[in-house]
Amino acid sequence: MKQKAKAKTKTSWKSVFRHWELYAMMVPGLIYLIVNNYIPMAGLVVAFKNYNYKEGIWGSAWCGLKNFKFLFGTRDAGLMIRNTLGYNLVFIITGTVFAIVVAIVLNEIRAALPKKIYQVFILIPYLISMVVVSYIAFAFLSTDAGFINKTMGTRTNWYMTQKYWPFIFVIINLWKSFGYNSIIYYATVIGIDSSLYEAAVVDGASRWQRIWHVTLPGLRPTIITMTLLAVGRVFYSDFGLFYQVPQNSGLLYDVTTTIDVYVYKGLMLLNDVGRSAAAGFFQSICGFILVLTANMVVNKVDKDNALF
Amino acid sequence: MVQHDKIQQTIMHILMIFLVLCCVLPFLLMVMASFTEEQTLIRNGYSFFPEVFSLETYQYILRSAKTIFRGYGMTILVTVIGTFCNLAMPVLFAYPLSRKDLPFRNLLSFILFFTMLFNGGLVPTYMMYANTLHIKNTIWALLIPNLMMNAFYVIMMRSFFTTSIPESLIEAAKLDGASELKILLKVILPLSKPMIVTLVLMVGLNYWNDWMNGMYYVTDNNLNTIQMILNNMIQNVEFLSKSASVMGSDAAMIKMPTVGIRMGIAVIAVLPVMVIYPFLQKYFVKGIVVGGVKG
Repeated sequence: MKQKAKAKTKTSWKSVFRHWELYAMMVPGLIYLIVNNYIPMAGLVVAFKNYNYKEGIWGSAWCGLKNFKFLFGTRDAGLMIRNTLGYNLVFIITGTVFAIVVAIVLNEIRAALPKKIYQVFILIPYLISMVVVSYIAFAFLSTDAGFINKTMGTRTNWYMTQKYWPFIFVIINLWKSFGYNSIIYYATVIGIDSSLYEAAVVDGASRWQRIWHVTLPGLRPTIITMTLLAVGRVFYSDFGLFYQVPQNSGLLYDVTTTIDVYVYKGLMLLNDVGRSAAAGFFQSICGFILVLTANMVVNKVDKDNALF
Repeated sequence: MVQHDKIQQTIMHILMIFLVLCCVLPFLLMVMASFTEEQTLIRNGYSFFPEVFSLETYQYILRSAKTIFRGYGMTILVTVIGTFCNLAMPVLFAYPLSRKDLPFRNLLSFILFFTMLFNGGLVPTYMMYANTLHIKNTIWALLIPNLMMNAFYVIMMRSFFTTSIPESLIEAAKLDGASELKILLKVILPLSKPMIVTLVLMVGLNYWNDWMNGMYYVTDNNLNTIQMILNNMIQNVEFLSKSASVMGSDAAMIKMPTVGIRMGIAVIAVLPVMVIYPFLQKYFVKGIVVGGVKG
């Protein structure tokens, strides 16, 4: 024990050398992290450069804040920030409430086999890619042959009407993620000390009282953690949801352009690297600040669930 | 009281059955569309009860081995190689991190962890992979960017090793003169089977479902995976519908997979996942529960 404490306080080169095998194991992973993560972090400086393909990121000339002025001079900037934050906030609220309800219902159901079966089925949407989701959405929304128009006898042109899309996004997001979130909350619910329930029953608590006074307080740490983690990611959006599902329809631009969609289009389709890089930089920095803040709050509220 | 309870139970079952139907019926609509005769589909629209059944879609898919089977093969290849790498690298990285006696352990953890907090985003990542490393239109493009080692899986592995593997086992193996690699392979991994299965499933699913790397870095049709074929078909329809007004009726002449066939390809893209999933559901759940909160 004493030896261990000593080894911890003083890192000698001898002990580093003795562990060479362990370090060797980490080499592939370290190389990957450097290439895939750290070099692009440094590459963020491209947002302050007048990028041209020949010179590359490092060779291109500096241009100060030009890209940012350019970006924030357009209405796109406000639009994509509004969409990204707005959708995320609605997703967090609807997703959390819905998942908690499902988790509690699952817990209250007594029959063991149906309970199992329900759990299997609600995870299915989580398993498929957004591309497939966009095909399913098309089966419902296609103007000529779509299930909705055929059943209702309407001829709504879904892919050209902005007002429907906020709702469509919320529904699809809920559909795809509620199973996943419910499972997480359900795992917390079944972990709640059963003696608390027994005590509540002895005290004559009704089902609602038990849910309100035992289950929900038991879920509190998970709710806080999950929500704050989601808040830490509000500057990011699911590119597939906002780009693939509406099939990149130009008429839906105002309601489908999130930061990720904007960055992709600027870089790959419009060859507008400057503004794209500025938007990406903005996203990375705001995301970083928010993750740190969210974690600081988790740390205050519930230390065990903090990331660091 | 008992009566009251019965009603409550029934209501909850009805709610859950409704949710299960919400999850399943959209798939069924897609499956049904793939079995509907083309003209019926165009005339009657998508329906759960098609008037005229047809296997035409799947006959077409069987005949077009060149594109669709090739795509399927690519998906399988990428998934197998990718999953293997995405298992090996995190395990090799997580095991040393789980060893309390490793010097610079905290620094190395931080290097890993920081990637979860901050990232360069698409623009610099794309420029590096495309213009510096030139992985465009190579198989590396489907394997490497962002998918190969997720910090999150490493942390999952590390906490599993620290909590579930007794240190005394490692000490004992060391006294027997085993090398570190041997300890990892012969002592640690056999004890980590449930965790490994969970990881394989989650990582495998990521690779199977990935279309983004293909969209960013691949334009060569020979490298298309099944998800990319699906993705390209959406883009083609977009292109056609946009240019239809310009080119008039000519656009209609361009041969493109008809509606039923597109749905058929989507069906075969999700089929393996749906077939495997029910048997391994508990491992998926485990992965979600372990990863979800701490993720």
